[in-house]
This record gives sequence, C-alpha cells and structure tokens, in this order.
Amino acid sequence: MTQLPEKQSSTREESRPQLVFGERWVYEPAPQSLADVPAREKYDLFINGKWAAPKGRKHFDSVNPATEQVIARVAQAGKADVDAAVKAARVAQTKVWGPMAPRDRARYVFRIARLIQERSRELACLESLDGGKPIRESRDVDVPLAAGHFFYHAGWADKLHLAFPGSKPSPVGVVGQIIPWNFPLLMAAWKLAPALACGNTVVLKPAETTSLTALHLAQILEQAELPPGVVNIVTGDGRTGGALVEHPDLDKLAFTGSTAVGQSIQRSLAGSGKDLTLELGGKAAHIVFDDAALDQAVEGIVKGIFFNQGHVCCAGSRLLVQESIHDALLDKLLARIERIRVGDPLDKNTDMGAINSSEQLQRIEALVEAGVAEGCTLHQSTCTLPNKGYWFRPSVFSGVSLSHRIAREEIFGPVLSVMTFRTPAEAVEKANNTAYGLSAGIWTDKGSRILWMAERMRAGVVWNNTFNQFDPASPFGGFKESGFGREGGRQGLEAYLRFHDDTLVQG
Amino acid sequence: MRVPVKKTYKLFVGGKFPRSESGRTFEPADAPGTNVARASRKDLRDAIVAARAAQSGWAGRTGYNRGQILYRLAEMIETHAASLVDEIRACSRKSQAAAEREVEASIDLVTWYAGLPDKLQQLLGAQNEVSGPFFNFSTVEPSGVLCAAAPDAPSLLGALAVSVPLIAGGNTVVLLVSEASPLVGLALGELLAVSDVPGGTLNLLAGQRDELLPEMAKHRDVNGLLFAGTPDPELGAASADSVKRVRWADLPERDWSKLDKLCTLHWARPFVEVKTLWHPKAP
Repeated sequence: MTQLPEKQSSTREESRPQLVFGERWVYEPAPQSLADVPAREKYDLFINGKWAAPKGRKHFDSVNPATEQVIARVAQAGKADVDAAVKAARVAQTKVWGPMAPRDRARYVFRIARLIQERSRELACLESLDGGKPIRESRDVDVPLAAGHFFYHAGWADKLHLAFPGSKPSPVGVVGQIIPWNFPLLMAAWKLAPALACGNTVVLKPAETTSLTALHLAQILEQAELPPGVVNIVTGDGRTGGALVEHPDLDKLAFTGSTAVGQSIQRSLAGSGKDLTLELGGKAAHIVFDDAALDQAVEGIVKGIFFNQGHVCCAGSRLLVQESIHDALLDKLLARIERIRVGDPLDKNTDMGAINSSEQLQRIEALVEAGVAEGCTLHQSTCTLPNKGYWFRPSVFSGVSLSHRIAREEIFGPVLSVMTFRTPAEAVEKANNTAYGLSAGIWTDKGSRILWMAERMRAGVVWNNTFNQFDPASPFGGFKESGFGREGGRQGLEAYLRFHDDTLVQG
Repeated sequence: MRVPVKKTYKLFVGGKFPRSESGRTFEPADAPGTNVARASRKDLRDAIVAARAAQSGWAGRTGYNRGQILYRLAEMIETHAASLVDEIRACSRKSQAAAEREVEASIDLVTWYAGLPDKLQQLLGAQNEVSGPFFNFSTVEPSGVLCAAAPDAPSLLGALAVSVPLIAGGNTVVLLVSEASPLVGLALGELLAVSDVPGGTLNLLAGQRDELLPEMAKHRDVNGLLFAGTPDPELGAASADSVKRVRWADLPERDWSKLDKLCTLHWARPFVEVKTLWHPKAP
C-alpha cells in the first residue's frame, strides 16, 4: 500500500476551503460545579448491607486523571473480605432474594432506576472526576443508560417465564462480577440489573482506578432498602479480582475487560461447573463505501474512535475506506479532529477528556510508537493539552496495512488506523481478519449492500450508518475472542438463568 | 456357503473416506477383531481444515435447505435401519430390540432437528425496542467450526446427539465417535455421503479421546466444543486460549436415550451467536 507522506496530506488540507473562526469564536470555560457533590474522603467496602473497613486495613488512592490529584482513598479488599461478601450473598440468595416474589424483586430494581435518575448529577460529576471522561458524556450517556438498564430489567423480573417458553427459568445463584474502568457506573448497571432481576445475588468488583460511582451506587442500594447481602461491593486491584474468581462458592462469574484477563479467568474456572460470561476486547472494522454520506460518516468515525477517549471495547478502531474516496475522507477527517475540544472533563464543552490512568497512557504511547516505527503516517490534532494529567491527542494513522500492530492490537485509546479496500468482498475479508469479533460499522447508501455486508461481519453488534449506539433492550457481546454471552435484551437474561431442561454444563 | 465381503472402517473427512494418515488402526474394546482407522492429531487438524472450508457454504445455505438435508439424513437412517442395527450389535452387547429402539430414536432425533434450522431466527432472534430512532434487530449465526466427542454408548444416538444440534445451527463439526464402539458412528459417514450433506460439514474420526480431545481444545481455529463426559479442567483451560464456547454433556447413560433430554433448544443455543444490527430511521 502506498503511504501518504506527511507533506502531501498537509498540502491537500491547505488547498481545501475551511471555516476559519480565528480568535472570534473561542469557547469560554463552562465548568460543571462540584460544590454539592457529596464525595467522601475515604470509602470502605459494602458487604451485607453495611460499610466495613477492609480486614487488611489498607486503602489506596483514587486519582483524578485530569489533574493527578488524589480525590479519595478506597479500600483494598483482601481474600477474607471477598469471602465475607460471598457468604453474605449466599445467605441473601437462599433466604431472601431467591424466594422473594418476582413482583417484589422487580420493585426494588425499579427503585434503583429511579434513585439513579434522582441522583444523576452526583453520579455524572463523580464519574468524570474519577475517570476523566467528559461531563457531557457522563451526564447524557453513561448515567441515563445506567438508569435505563435497571428500569428495563426490573420489568423482566416477573416475566421471565414468558421469555423462555417451556423452560422453567431459575436463578444461577451467587454471581461474581468484575467490571472495567471505561464505563464504571454503566458496566455496574449492565451487570447488576439483569443479575438482580433474575433472582441472583452479587459480589461486584469495580476497577481499581474507578471505584467511586459503584460505591455511590451502593449508597443508592441502601436508600432503595435492598435487603442486605443482595449486592456486595468489594474494591481493590487485580488481587481482589483474583480472590473473587477463585472463590469456591460462586455459581457464576461475569467479566468485562481485556481478552488476556478473560482467558485467564476461563482457564481458572475450567472444569468447575461454574457459569461464565465474558465481554472482552475488540478491534472493530468501520467500513465506509464510496456512496456513503461522507459528512455523516465522518461524524460516525469520530464518534466511533474518540468517544470516551477511545476507551471503548467496541470502538471503531480500524477504518476501512473504499479506495476511491480515501483522500477526500481523510481530508475531512483530519479537518474534523482539529475541532475536537480536548481538555477539562468537567467542562461542559469538552469533547474528549483525560486518559484514564498513566498506565493506560503508556500503553497507548507504546503502540503509537510502534505504528510510527512500522512506517505508518501519524496525523494528530494540534490542540493544546493541559500541563497536568494524562492526555493524548486525537490521532489518525494512514498507510496502515493489516499486519501492522496498530491494525491488530487493541489500543484502547484515541487512535484510528486507516486502511483501504476496493470491493465489498475485500472489505469483508479485511474486516474479519482479526481474532476479535465484537462490533463493526458499515456506511453506505445502498440497503441491499448493508444487509449483505452485515450478514458477513463476524461481530456481535453491527452499526449501519451509525456507530456506538447502546440500549438496554439491545443485546451486546462478542463473537470469537471477544467473548461469549450477551448483555441486554431478552438474550442477555440467559446469562443469569438456569433452565430445568438444560442438560449441558459449561466448562 | 458364501464368503461375505467385510467392510474396512475408515474415517470420514471432507466428504471422503480416508484411512488415518498415520497408518494406524485399533481394535475397539467392544468389537475385537475389527481394525478401525485410528485418527492421529494430524488427521484431526486436516478435518478442522475441511470443516473450516465448508463453514461459510453450510452457514450460507437457507435454514429451509439445511432442514431438508437433515431430513434426507433421517430418510437414509430409516432406509438403512437394519444394517445400523447390525452395526450397533457388532460393537455392543445390545439386544436386537434395544438396538432397534436406538435406531428409531436416532431417526426421531434427526427429524426433530431437521425441523429446527428455519425456526432458529424466530426462536432466538428478536426485534428490539430501543429508545431512539433506530431499527434494531438481533439474528443468530453459527459460532463456526466446532469439535464434538460422542459418549461411549449409545454409540449411534450419542454421536448424533452431540453433532446434529450443532450442524442444525449452521456450524460445521469434527466429531470423534465412540471410542469403545466406533463402528456405527463411522458407518454414519456412509449415510452423510448420500444425504446431500456437503463434504466437510460433519467429519467423523475414530480414535482415542486422550489423544484427540486435548488437540481439539487447544486448536486455535476451533470456535467451540461439545464433549460427552464430565467437565475436565485441563481441557477447559486449554480451550481458553481462543475463548472457545465449551459445553459438557454429562448425562447418566439412561438419559442418552431420552429424547426429551436430547431434543431441546439448549443443545443448539450455546453454539449460535447473537448478532444485533442497528440502522437509523429517517425520512
């Protein structure tokens, strides 16, 4: 594949008429006030309906990635704490939550949905403060969707017998859930809502860098008067997750995170008879045909890779452009990324916030260096970055081929790799040439081609003329090494139920 | 007295009947005196290549067509019922009546699954009510290439129970037939070959579980496993490298003949993937 020298692409950009606002249209700061966000300085564990200090008496710092300031101290749960949480969950499952009338279970879950809506400002502020994502996203996407997941699943609690005719559904039992740092509250909702609606009790482990919203969700569970032990929240690093995975009294484990950790969990649960669902990494192909509405496609591409700083497992990180429109599309895209406002996550005008942690920033930087070293052309926004905190510019690599590391490995950051194709068949071949299979995007004006292409994508979610849409009623999950099991929709309930006529065992 | 012509028991891979590339044979525990081709790990890898090559063709057929082909298989089993009874009896201590019952149950099982492929979308897919101007629907598609291992007994019904639900869902399969009683499992190849089942869709190997199952579990181009038996931690762990879908059919022997245990959606569901499509609605 021919590479576009840096000079050539910048020349093309200059030759194109552009809107130049100069100094006349500068965004004034529009910071979200944190004045009455009830953040605590120190958080303990939420076990059996009570706040308990970790038995190891250790707390660790939770850092605001946009300022590198410590915002709270969070408990490091050890083996004994995890054990206490699982025991509480077992008692709650067998004595309270399992036997409870489904109608009443539904009402608790409805209550949680309503309380999230009522306390949405607090949750959105904490999410941006703790994780670095723009307040606009926390406020308009993460928190409303989290409430939506509880509301949607609440209604299933007393209708499970209708969802699976002929198979008497029953709860799996006690479920361990391990969630990632990219959508802390939303992932907690994706995991908790179906588990609770289906009659399971839970031990939830949030990601170490983003525990705060899960702990405020625990306050909401208290406010909802959820019976003690139904949900237990143990914070900590990988050791806490390891203790949960290895706990002998779990009936199921649900994990969202990297493929490497997912594989190690699958290995350690093998032969145990425990259920497992995995939602792992991705390297989604985002395919643009020459008849696509280009400006809309550019917005979709931007949303696909720069939403949430690219910390999205289903991010559209491999752009496949039909050869004839490659130059025109790249021009538009590079002009567009100049307009992405990167900075203070708590500013209401910010498009892209901070990278979640210094470790993640290092991973992104290492892969971008690899891309440059392999001869790909790097285009970056010239935006000004804050002095403190973890930041990365919106970045686009052109001249990428399938064998390059930046086309194969999940970067999990705001870095797009652009490749080309000529025919639909070649687009299919390149899109599926990955071990992952979480999502794909297709932009074309031709309906029959959308359906033909979508049918051939080996991916669990296919966005057509749109990207990165999520809904509680819409099943989400991967093919191949992106994991197994679905979250959302009727299909997502299966992950939290057993059936009287199912004779097979996972393992 | 006429001297009968004896059959050589060979593998069934890619629609052909090869011996093992290793040249090895074995005398099954339940059929001493018969030399059966003993598949090597290389034979298994070849069979996986054949199954992968057949995957998109089989998955791309309509559910109606896959159903008709499975129904044709049921017709062939019915036609060859007598010889299958003989082959069951040649490698087990089953009575004539018990062997006849097993063949009848096998026909029933294949017929049940023959009616399934064109209903999977309606049973497992959905149109989803999302909160926005989108048309959103979920379809099911095969997981891909799967490996299956049959129970020792019943050797015909068990082989069909761990493979037909998978191919009904559009997967292609490499099946290790009963280790102790492989004759009738391998004879199944003769029926597949005349049932319009495309070559490579269902491949049959005979040999040792201990030798072949670990290779099935660790092969990177296999998407899932369905093994008869008790969950094995080592095989499960090996399958994690490519995040395989793994299920164990840990049934007591008497349940292997109960069709209400074998003919349920739960045998197909773990090996199909839900795919959800979004498209905006706009004037």
